[in-house]
Amino acid sequence: MSESSRSTPTSSGFGRALVALYAVFALAAAARSIYQLSAKASEAPVAYTLSAVAGIVYVVATYALATDRRQLAVATIGFELAGVLGVGVLTLVDGELFPDATVWSDFGAGYGFVPLVLPFVGLWWVRHTRRRSGG
Amino acid sequence: MNDPVAYAVTAYALVAAAYAGWHLWREAPFSNGLFYVVSVLELLLIALLVGGSIALAGTERDVDGVLFISYLVTTLVIPPAAILWGVAEKSRWGSGVVVVAMLTVAVLVIRVLGIWQGAYV
Repeated sequence: MSESSRSTPTSSGFGRALVALYAVFALAAAARSIYQLSAKASEAPVAYTLSAVAGIVYVVATYALATDRRQLAVATIGFELAGVLGVGVLTLVDGELFPDATVWSDFGAGYGFVPLVLPFVGLWWVRHTRRRSGG
Repeated sequence: MNDPVAYAVTAYALVAAAYAGWHLWREAPFSNGLFYVVSVLELLLIALLVGGSIALAGTERDVDGVLFISYLVTTLVIPPAAILWGVAEKSRWGSGVVVVAMLTVAVLVIRVLGIWQGAYV
C-alpha cells in the first residue's frame, strides 16, 4: 500500500463521519418511502415516488462514498443537489403537488436543512480528497 | 410510554454526543470510555423498545403501531453500527462517527415520542 501515489479514500478520516451521515439519510429516506408506499401510496403519489427516488439516491451515494467510487459519488451527489434545490423550489411554488412531506421538501427544513448542506459537503469532500493526492 | 422516559434517553444521547464531540475536539480517536457510554445507550434503547411494546399493547390511544415499533427497532441498530465504524477509523473522525450517530438517536427518540402522541403520521 503506497499512500503517496494513491489519493485519499473518500471513506477515511472526515469521510468516515460523512459516510455515517449519508447512511443516516439513506436509512431515513428509504425507510420513510417504504412505509409511505406500503401504507398510503394513493394519498400523495408524487411525494411518495420522490421519497423512493431520494432513498435510492442516498443509498447509492453512501455506497459510492464508502467504497471510494468517485464518479458514482459525484453523479449521485449531483443528482441529490439538483433534487433538493428543485423540490425545494417546487414545494414553495406549488404546495398542491406535495400534500405530504419528503426529505427534500422546503429545502430539507424538516431535517434541519441537513439535506441542503450535505451535497455541498459531499462534493467538496470528493474534490478535496482528490487534490490531496497531488496527482 | 411517558414523556420523561423519552426525554431522559434523548438527554443521555445528547450527553453522549457531547462526549464524542469532546473527543473530536481533542483530536482523540474512539476510546474505551466512548465504548461504554454508547453501550449504555444501547441498553437504554433496548429498555425503551421493551417498555414501548408493553405500553403499546396496553394503550387505548390511536398510535401507529408499525411506525412506532419500526422507529424503536431502528434506534437499536445505530449504536452498534457507530461502534463498528468508529473503532475501524483510527483518526479523530472515529469519534465524529459517534457524534453523528448519537445526534441521530436523539432525533429518532423525539420522533418516537411524537408518534406515541400522534403528532407524526
